Amino acid sequence: MRRDNQFAAMPSFDHDPVPDSLPAAIAPTVLRVADAVVMALPEGGLWIEAARTLVVSDLHFEKGSSYAARGQMLPPYDTAATLTVVEALVRRWKPERVVSLGDSFHDMGAAARLSSPDAERIRELTSLREWIWIEGNHDPVPPLHLGGVVRETISISGLVLRHLPGDGDAEICGHLHPCAKIAGRARRVRTRAFVTNGRRLVMPSMGRFTGGLNVLSAAFQPLFPDGMRVHAMGRDRVYAISPTRLVADISPGGPRWRL
Amino acid sequence: MCLAEVRPWGRAGGGLKKGMGAEILQSNVLPQRFADWFASRGWMARPHQLALAAAGLRGEDSLLIAPTGGGKTLAGFLASLIELSRRSGPPARPVLHTLYISPLKALAVDVARNLDAPVTEMGLGVRIETRTGDTPAARRQRQRANPPDILLTTPEQLALFIASDHAQAFFSDLRCVVIDEIHALAPGKRGDLLSLGLATLRTFSPGCRFVGLSATVEDPAALARWLGPEAHVLQAPDMGVSPQVDILVSRERIPWAGHSGRFAVPEVYEAIARSRMTLVFVNTRSQAELLFQELWSANADGLAIALHHGSLAVEQRRRVEAAMAGGALKGVVCTSTLDLGIDWGDVDLVIQMGAPKGASRLLQRIGRANHRMDEASRAILVPTNRFEVLECRAAEAAVEAGELDGPAERTGALDILAQHVMGRACGDGFALTALFDEICSAGPYRGLDWETFERVVDFVATGGYALRTYDRFHRIVRRGDVWTARNAQLAQQHRMNIGAIVEAEMLSVRLASFVGGRGGERKAVRAGARLGDIEEGFIETLVPGDTFLFAGRVLRLIGIEEQNALVVPTSDPEPAIPTYAGGKFPLSTFLAERVRQMIHDPAQWPALPAPVREWIEIQREKSAIPPPDHLLVETFPRAGRFYLVCYPFEGRLAHQTLGMLLTRRLERLGARPLGFVASEYALAIWSLEDMAGLDMGRLMAPDILGDDLEEWLDESFMMKRTFRACALISGMIARRQPGAEKTGRQVTFSTDLIFDVLRSHQPDHVLLQAARADAAEGLLDIRRLADMLSRVSGRIDHQALTRISPFAVPVMLEIGRERVAGAEVGEAVLADAEEDLVRDAFGRPGD
Repeated sequence: MRRDNQFAAMPSFDHDPVPDSLPAAIAPTVLRVADAVVMALPEGGLWIEAARTLVVSDLHFEKGSSYAARGQMLPPYDTAATLTVVEALVRRWKPERVVSLGDSFHDMGAAARLSSPDAERIRELTSLREWIWIEGNHDPVPPLHLGGVVRETISISGLVLRHLPGDGDAEICGHLHPCAKIAGRARRVRTRAFVTNGRRLVMPSMGRFTGGLNVLSAAFQPLFPDGMRVHAMGRDRVYAISPTRLVADISPGGPRWRL
Repeated sequence: MCLAEVRPWGRAGGGLKKGMGAEILQSNVLPQRFADWFASRGWMARPHQLALAAAGLRGEDSLLIAPTGGGKTLAGFLASLIELSRRSGPPARPVLHTLYISPLKALAVDVARNLDAPVTEMGLGVRIETRTGDTPAARRQRQRANPPDILLTTPEQLALFIASDHAQAFFSDLRCVVIDEIHALAPGKRGDLLSLGLATLRTFSPGCRFVGLSATVEDPAALARWLGPEAHVLQAPDMGVSPQVDILVSRERIPWAGHSGRFAVPEVYEAIARSRMTLVFVNTRSQAELLFQELWSANADGLAIALHHGSLAVEQRRRVEAAMAGGALKGVVCTSTLDLGIDWGDVDLVIQMGAPKGASRLLQRIGRANHRMDEASRAILVPTNRFEVLECRAAEAAVEAGELDGPAERTGALDILAQHVMGRACGDGFALTALFDEICSAGPYRGLDWETFERVVDFVATGGYALRTYDRFHRIVRRGDVWTARNAQLAQQHRMNIGAIVEAEMLSVRLASFVGGRGGERKAVRAGARLGDIEEGFIETLVPGDTFLFAGRVLRLIGIEEQNALVVPTSDPEPAIPTYAGGKFPLSTFLAERVRQMIHDPAQWPALPAPVREWIEIQREKSAIPPPDHLLVETFPRAGRFYLVCYPFEGRLAHQTLGMLLTRRLERLGARPLGFVASEYALAIWSLEDMAGLDMGRLMAPDILGDDLEEWLDESFMMKRTFRACALISGMIARRQPGAEKTGRQVTFSTDLIFDVLRSHQPDHVLLQAARADAAEGLLDIRRLADMLSRVSGRIDHQALTRISPFAVPVMLEIGRERVAGAEVGEAVLADAEEDLVRDAFGRPGD
């Protein structure tokens, strides 16, 4: 990451100029993407106030059972746990519209493996408001019997919402599962994160069993050639992370230091 | 010296010299051919060797306890060799007669080599082969079709056999199983796995006998129970001379804290120079690296001193071992990798750096010197700090008194049980009740109840989830009464993941070689010679350009590529020292008891080195010396904070657990604790409020264990690591999968995510139960803490002091302080990183 990008890493504020004392609990979650103001939520969702739209990404329902079908008996509770978070967001923000930004279902057979209580919870969510399933690479054809409508992309408040990154101009996308590893004095913390350059925003994955890709990994380079701002999900709020604190992964499949 | 001549009967012959009174027994047991062979060597079989052979020929299960150098290994094979020598002609079809299992691959190979001499010289025509993870696939297949008479292998290979087709037929003619170094195998999960394997062999071949070979242990009967319900103990008479143990009282000042022993290096070096060949034992790999480096810089005479620990590349270890056996070395700095019974050469001195932590371990290590029973072994203990002086003294006294300590008998782990159940299904299959009976015949599982067994089987079949969600994905299926793996692929996946050891993620350390780079072009870097493996967690703390100590060299990290950490040799006076998870032994309860006695009894003080004696005397004057069954608690203010220090002497793990529990309780009492630090001997807690007014008896009441333990445990990092091991061992997650064998690092799924979800949705899941049991047993020393708390109940001596006491100094100097409120630390790190950003951007006043 380039040092000269440091100031760009500051959160941009909607109306006020830089306040004297930072309203720490709120300010960092307010982001500007192109001409739209969005709020990054600590649960991993995105709130677009102007359109009263809640965006959630990469829910990967039934990831656990997809492993079980191949002989690794992961707990079958991931869908329920993910739904609990989505339901809480819906209760709190009362959206008129919810967009699930693709890879909502871990695979093509996922909907068939849903337990009936989980399927019922999804139907309840989709029936009470406008619900849009964006097509993902894991679920190119999201199931229709659970309610909601399927779109390849959708435009809201001047933003394009899509699963895979596109041309990067005023877009919200998912797919990459960004994750930040942050060095502290006591230890390192790894947490899901929003990544943006002010024109494009990549959402964290919300599926309970989804892994993450370190934001320093090579996959993010072409998306943010001039640097990125990382907003990491804490327990109760989203933190804007100083780029100097970010560290790379060296775990399986992760990125390497470049020689 | 040629190894084949000296093993397995111990150096200079494991037999007695003639005329020592065992002739009668010998003539009854040994066939002429064997007696002649012993005679041709000028030896006579020892009574315990003959007794074990006789028991073997009667088909009895036996545990032989003999000190190092007692000719155990030959004893274990005698009955088998006799039986095989009585065969009239080759068998109709080749069958396996004897299976030998050792904890180390190297030991199996060593024993095979050493058995060769008698077998060849007596012309027994017995075929002996080894089978380890290194055995080529072609030979393994051949061994299955055409087994040798004697097969030498490891516990993992046995589990693999059992999980293969036709396992029952392969073992049906097995007559004897020999388990070597059984005292080293039995106390862990590998021992659990092996005990289940032995139970299966007992089913497959009811006529088979089981022979355990063990070094001297505290409780032979417990080890015999592990071996089998009917195993007898055979004890070799202790003909050895008491080892000669000295404590090095350094000319230098003994430090208050720390474990490096750096101050004693010149004296250690002198001792090496004076001896023929010295083994220097240290307790951790980091210590090994550090000490080796220090010795090397003190090495004015260019003595041949080498380094040996488990993280070094195999080739490098083999080179050191060969040089030792060949007498080419003066000294080797080593960790417990050399603890076990391989006799590498002519060692005449053992130096133990730091306290040995247990009398039995010390004896094992001393046994490396003068590997024969009729000569005294020579050992020097080098305490690295003041408390260790006491501990070394206690260990020395214990060795003199011939007392031993040992691990408590364990209850078999459930993740291992799950692995075994799947293994049985992948082999010939099992019937439920028969398998239950079989498992209950394995020592560690004899208390298993049917309900737990059913839960484990259900876990293996469908994951053991409450709603039976995965009923259609059964991993094992029932045909008639027999459960087998659902398909060949699942069986293959299981076989690829057998084992009880979950290694930390490791990277290979390789020398970087540079290619190209002429004319201002950037050089390309390639991975060159491999120096060994290092824990990924350690490398993660470095950035390229940092230096660290490894394999006895100072290395500079160039970068990471694939699974390799690329390095170049460099010189840096202060390289980082790698830390390794585990590898630290807690002080044995038994030595702790001796240390407490010693401190309490002024009559023993004059035997201590002057600085240590003075230290204890000043402690008595400034604070108090508690009676051995009391617990001293001190409180004092210091630098604007208030301290509480107590001295349970129960080991770092138990103290850490106590520290966590006490800080939680103190928080509720409004003392506002800030942190704590635990050492092997003491625990110190600091807070914002004065703790002197608290009721210490109430604070330390044993009910503290019920308070927060479970909750804290579940949130702890340790618990997640433990759960990961359980998830891998039990087969919930497969480390390796068919078609992806190459890298060997296939855990693509975060077990932390599973843990969190399972905890909130099914807190009584069998795998959580397994992980909690592991944590309570091994990681937190809860049992020990509970014993201590009930022992000192009503016997707390509180000293409210105005300043720090002499005893408190070492623990206050300890590193590895824990901050209170671990769950908040993550948020603090995030907030901190954000603060940084704000500071950078706004340039806050004062920055």
